Amino acid sequence: MSGIALAKEQSVKRRKTKVDVPKLIGFIILLAVTVAMIMPLWFMISTSLKTTKEMFVYPPSFIPKYFAWENFKELFTNSEIKFGRQYMNSLIVGIATVIGTVFSSSFVAFGFARYRARGSNFFFILVLSTLMLPYPAIMIPQFLLFTKLGLHDSLLPLILPSFFASAYMIFLLKQFFSTLPNELYDAGRIDGCKEIRLYWTLTLPLSGPVLATVAIFSFLWSWNDLLTPVLYLDSQENFTLPIGMAAMLSSKFRIAPWNLMMAASLLSVLPVVALFAIAQKRFVEGIVLTGIK
Amino acid sequence: MKRSREERRESRNFYFFISPWLIGFVVFALFPVLASLYYSFTEFDIIHAPRFIGLDNYTELFKDDQFWNSIKVTLKYTFISVPLTLFLSLIFAMLINQKIPFRGLFRTAMYFPSMISGVSMALLWFWVFNPQAGLFNYILSFFGVDTINWFLDEKYAMWALIIMSFWGLGGGMLIFLAGLQGVPAHLLEAARLDGAGRLRTFWNVTFPLISPVFLFQLIIGLIESFQVFTQAYTITQGGPNYSTWFYVYNIYINAFKNFRYGYASAMAWILLIAVTIITFIIMKLSNRYVYYEGGSER
Repeated sequence: MSGIALAKEQSVKRRKTKVDVPKLIGFIILLAVTVAMIMPLWFMISTSLKTTKEMFVYPPSFIPKYFAWENFKELFTNSEIKFGRQYMNSLIVGIATVIGTVFSSSFVAFGFARYRARGSNFFFILVLSTLMLPYPAIMIPQFLLFTKLGLHDSLLPLILPSFFASAYMIFLLKQFFSTLPNELYDAGRIDGCKEIRLYWTLTLPLSGPVLATVAIFSFLWSWNDLLTPVLYLDSQENFTLPIGMAAMLSSKFRIAPWNLMMAASLLSVLPVVALFAIAQKRFVEGIVLTGIK
Repeated sequence: MKRSREERRESRNFYFFISPWLIGFVVFALFPVLASLYYSFTEFDIIHAPRFIGLDNYTELFKDDQFWNSIKVTLKYTFISVPLTLFLSLIFAMLINQKIPFRGLFRTAMYFPSMISGVSMALLWFWVFNPQAGLFNYILSFFGVDTINWFLDEKYAMWALIIMSFWGLGGGMLIFLAGLQGVPAHLLEAARLDGAGRLRTFWNVTFPLISPVFLFQLIIGLIESFQVFTQAYTITQGGPNYSTWFYVYNIYINAFKNFRYGYASAMAWILLIAVTIITFIIMKLSNRYVYYEGGSER
């Protein structure tokens, strides 16, 4: 035993002293790529704090000479932009979407995970096949439907569909719910639980982590979505952030206000940063579990 | 066959719980798919009722230069961006999968940008590519490259979008990383004992084991890149000279700017068919590939 341990230790030592050239090159590549990935973010932050004058100075400065915090104030006070209003709209849509997706998808996934019926396999395959359904292929009739319902230029068309479960999330949650032991449910039934209580008081409390994953990803999708808001929203006070920022870009400012737009970009990234900071592990797990990015 | 009460109860519960999805499926998927098929055979401007015109939309599409251009543009983006992104994210995943210092930091830093998608990313990169004071030309200037008007020059606009797309490869990298960590260490050890080098070990052991992950990413990547919209809408508006006139952007313009809902629906259906066929082909090919690997192992 000790002989083997000793040999192992020696080989570890030997490996340590020898420089692994491919590994070193790998390290350098990774370092370079990481710097390249971070640099645009740095550029965004520094531009957001530059004055209009310094913005176009060439070569670009990496740290602003004067920190123009007023850019951020301008975003919220400039009545042409309506940034604060749009931020609220995006938050409302994001939070409502999370609530809708979490509850409806877990409800449906519970059905798929715990009950068998004739046709249950067929329906599950149907769920999976809708994963491949491109949104542009169905957006025109959806648009006409919501317009007919008088919901044009309101946030509802962005929110409502989330209350009818998302295929990705059903799949993810079903996988998790299927791992919960049957005995648990039998015990619950013996205690006189109705099926809906088995879902509500038994399953959901046990599913915190996976529900968090669902919440995070549905928030991100909603937060970043441009195409749906573009179809439905007309007036600037109803815009969500993405369409509001896109409108800023095409509006007729005399000089393109890149500092303001980078400030807007930065603020719109904040919830993403916050989510990432709070739930970094969850992100990684979510990706690993589902392949969702 | 008579079913027991228990079975009936179970089946009732099943339909009760899946009912939200069932309703959503009919209203937000099935009905729109069928409706857009119907609209694709009509002339429809939303003000007047749809007028049935048979295959006219489709025959017109085939003579429409903009239609063919949007396919060309989309395929160009897809065939360059998707394989390169896949390749790079796999390489980086393999590098991070080694025991190297700061790997957690590298992983985080490379993954984070992929969370910033949509307009924030588009705005940021539009500014990075700015010809007067952007970061990108400044860095290129160290390598002796002259100022490039990225989004104003039809030769470069597409390339700028492709370069942008690499910024999001962290998500794919993480998926590959997960796949790589699932490769059993004893198989790699066995390959090393057999005297296989790094490259051979990769091709004969690692890659076959992560090929399902690869396949999944390939399909998702293709479907996503067929649907590029945000960059075209935000940054280029399809230009310059239609060089970034993506397929979905074309659908959007035809439906919501030109109010030709029938014509756009025909395009939407062609997209649907293309996505279905491509998914089907890749699945079929992969079946053969997986079978071949399994057979040759013994």
